[in-house]
Amino acid sequence: MSQRSVPSAASAPPALHHAGPDPGAPPRLQLKGISKVYPTVVANDRVDLAVRPGEIRAILGENGAGKSTLMKIIYGVTHASAGQMLWEGREVQVANPAHARRLGIGMVFQHFSLFETLSVVENVALALPGRPALGELAQRISEVSERYGLPIDPRRHVHALSVGERQRVEIIRCLLQNPRLLIMDEPTSVLTPQAVKKLFETLRQLAAEGCSILYISHKLDEIQALCHTATVLRGGKLSGECIPAEETPQSMARLMIGKELPHCEHSAAQAGGEVRLSLAGLSHASLTPFGTDLKDIHLDVRAGEIVGIAGVSGNGQQELLRVISGEETLAEKFPVHICGVEAGSLRPGARRRLGLTFVPEERLGRGAVPDLSLTDNALLTAARGQQLVTGGFVRFGRARAFAERCIAAFNVKCGGPGAAAKSLSGGNLQKFIVGREILQAPRLFVCAQPTWGVDVGAAAFIRQSIIDLRDRGCAVLVISEELDELFEICDRIAVIAKGRLSPSRPAGETSVEDIGVWMSGLWPGSALMQAATPAYAEPLDV
Amino acid sequence: MDAGLITSMLFATVVAGTPLIIVALGLLVSEKAGVLNLGAEGMMAMGAVAAFAVTHHSGSAWLGVLAGMGAGMAMALIFGVLTLSLLANQVASGLALAIFGVGLAAFVGKPYEAVALQTVPPIRIPFIADLPIVGEALYNQQALVYFSWALFWGLLWFLYRSRAGLVLRAVGESPSSAHAIGYAVIRIRYLAVLFGGAMAGISGAFLSVFYTPMWAEGMVAGRGWIALALVVFATWRPLRVMMGAYLFGGVMITQLFIQGSGLQIDFPSQLLSSLPYWATIVVLVIISRNANTIRLNSPLSLGKPYRPDA
Repeated sequence: MSQRSVPSAASAPPALHHAGPDPGAPPRLQLKGISKVYPTVVANDRVDLAVRPGEIRAILGENGAGKSTLMKIIYGVTHASAGQMLWEGREVQVANPAHARRLGIGMVFQHFSLFETLSVVENVALALPGRPALGELAQRISEVSERYGLPIDPRRHVHALSVGERQRVEIIRCLLQNPRLLIMDEPTSVLTPQAVKKLFETLRQLAAEGCSILYISHKLDEIQALCHTATVLRGGKLSGECIPAEETPQSMARLMIGKELPHCEHSAAQAGGEVRLSLAGLSHASLTPFGTDLKDIHLDVRAGEIVGIAGVSGNGQQELLRVISGEETLAEKFPVHICGVEAGSLRPGARRRLGLTFVPEERLGRGAVPDLSLTDNALLTAARGQQLVTGGFVRFGRARAFAERCIAAFNVKCGGPGAAAKSLSGGNLQKFIVGREILQAPRLFVCAQPTWGVDVGAAAFIRQSIIDLRDRGCAVLVISEELDELFEICDRIAVIAKGRLSPSRPAGETSVEDIGVWMSGLWPGSALMQAATPAYAEPLDV
Repeated sequence: MDAGLITSMLFATVVAGTPLIIVALGLLVSEKAGVLNLGAEGMMAMGAVAAFAVTHHSGSAWLGVLAGMGAGMAMALIFGVLTLSLLANQVASGLALAIFGVGLAAFVGKPYEAVALQTVPPIRIPFIADLPIVGEALYNQQALVYFSWALFWGLLWFLYRSRAGLVLRAVGESPSSAHAIGYAVIRIRYLAVLFGGAMAGISGAFLSVFYTPMWAEGMVAGRGWIALALVVFATWRPLRVMMGAYLFGGVMITQLFIQGSGLQIDFPSQLLSSLPYWATIVVLVIISRNANTIRLNSPLSLGKPYRPDA
């Protein structure tokens, strides 16, 4: 990546819009009065929708607004309780996803539908009609991944891929089917600004070729940059339609959440707090095949500040988080200091006793056990700190009270502390997990992807909670792939690339553009930079 | 040890391992689709008695094998209806099927207990059967021994080279994802379970028609259970299943030879008899202890009921 200027997706001017769809063309897909009733909730209530050939239509709404359900109905994963669906003018009942694909509908899922034990090429082969030879298919995957800037090695196994890389696989899998209607469910949540820009170019090109696109998102800037039209859902009902280019983010937010867009209060950090996390020359070989080895990482996080780590997914973030949390222990103690104690070889429980709490990237499976209730999930990390267990016996009353406190303090929408973790929407579960970790009053808080797939309201709330935690004197480390988020909450930002960590810069003294360049491994003094610079040249003064 | 003894021990090892290979590879297919059928013992017993009865009345061992296969599939169908259509617990249903199958086979087989069948002659493969030592042991065998090898190679190709095998593995890993991209999860699981039943039935037929041409209550003698353990300890890989089955057969035959040889060794015969069971498991556990191999080969949805969203 040699691009020097990396404007964020939001700054793409509306002039980039191509002519857009022919307004007189008949709709490719039309929904009339679609409703979907589940036993306890009405997910969609008489929703109308139409998308024409070449049109990029945003489906805008908060988590739980019914966007995903509506898309699943179109894709045949689930069936509508009432209403009519017209595909190219003819009424259809989409029986199942295979039927949808035969019609020419492709979908990129938010919760990935990938098979972890299979390789990338096998995953793609499963979704394609016919019987493509795997070798030939791997070639096609490489071509598509190169053309659309979605680098992936087709032979790798999915379980060894990061979340961002898995999403690339989903997108490539869809593009290989040459769909006439492409449904994208929150596709940019884990992409870098460069990748978002490239994806948008791809989508615009697809639209120019006549493909219709339904773009589900709650990111108003993206929708303004990309979409011709928008359908806004709130609480399962159609709350309005608009042309994003003619709206302001505020006016669209009003349609979406019924009130003004929340924003974070971020005062300057207190200087000179004690060092709560120190990584001193940390090197660690990844335990998974195709993982990223960490090389010579130095980092200090002080009480009262938020340090952010930016980077494209798969550059060592997973490994770094696991080494800090204790999921992977080191042979030696000295490379990791937690609250002044050498902790490199300590297990997660011992590290939590030192005052560490953490939120892993994967909500279901690492952050929470899907089948357990919220109370049991609260018990899992808070048992010791909150005295939920005495003498080997669980004190259910206290555990339940703690779970209720998390639910109340973080405004988690759920069926109470007895609800299974998997029954919560992504945003609500994330609020619960963040709440569980923050309410334990940590001295050091480490959080990966705090707001991935979380709607604007909840995201602002989580970010504000993290800032408030900092103001109470906690040291905070945030690992995120969303640059806007890092710039919104962090005091200092460092970049991880190919397992190496850049020096950190105060957030106020750097820019999205600079960090974007650093994300390709090119920071002053980096190994890549030295390799690219003749030995006699002066180091760049940045 | 003379060459003749080695040949006869090798011959006996292959014969002892064959029923395990057939039933275990069948179970491997159902488990790769995510269905844990603990009823192998019962399916084998029903296969054995059905094969014996049909062979006795028709005089054709091959009709017998077909009948055994059919009986195994019928048992598997009961299991499939319970667990796949009615979403019953797989472990409980499998245990019930094992007990039911063994009991029903004993009941159906009562009239045949005093009957003996004619021994089916082995099939000698020209030329290679003349090889020294291994020729007689490997290539002058029952047809079902050759079938077990064909099954092994066929399964390797199916699981790792064919699209259908890829779909099967996908269903076993994540039925909800497989459904989301449009595969008929329940139908695929039915087919896998029926295949498992068919192989268990054939394995039972091998026991009652070829191995010991007679019927006796309890003649399956725990082979169904050993096969289930083999599949798990071989981390769902066909080659290791086959190695484990022959290892089991080999140790079994060796300890029988030792016990029968009249050698005066100071070792309790009960411990010697248990040797095949724990030796096989210890060896398989040791060769399969790599966490990554386990993660890549175990069907993640094993034993979990699945119902597609309406």
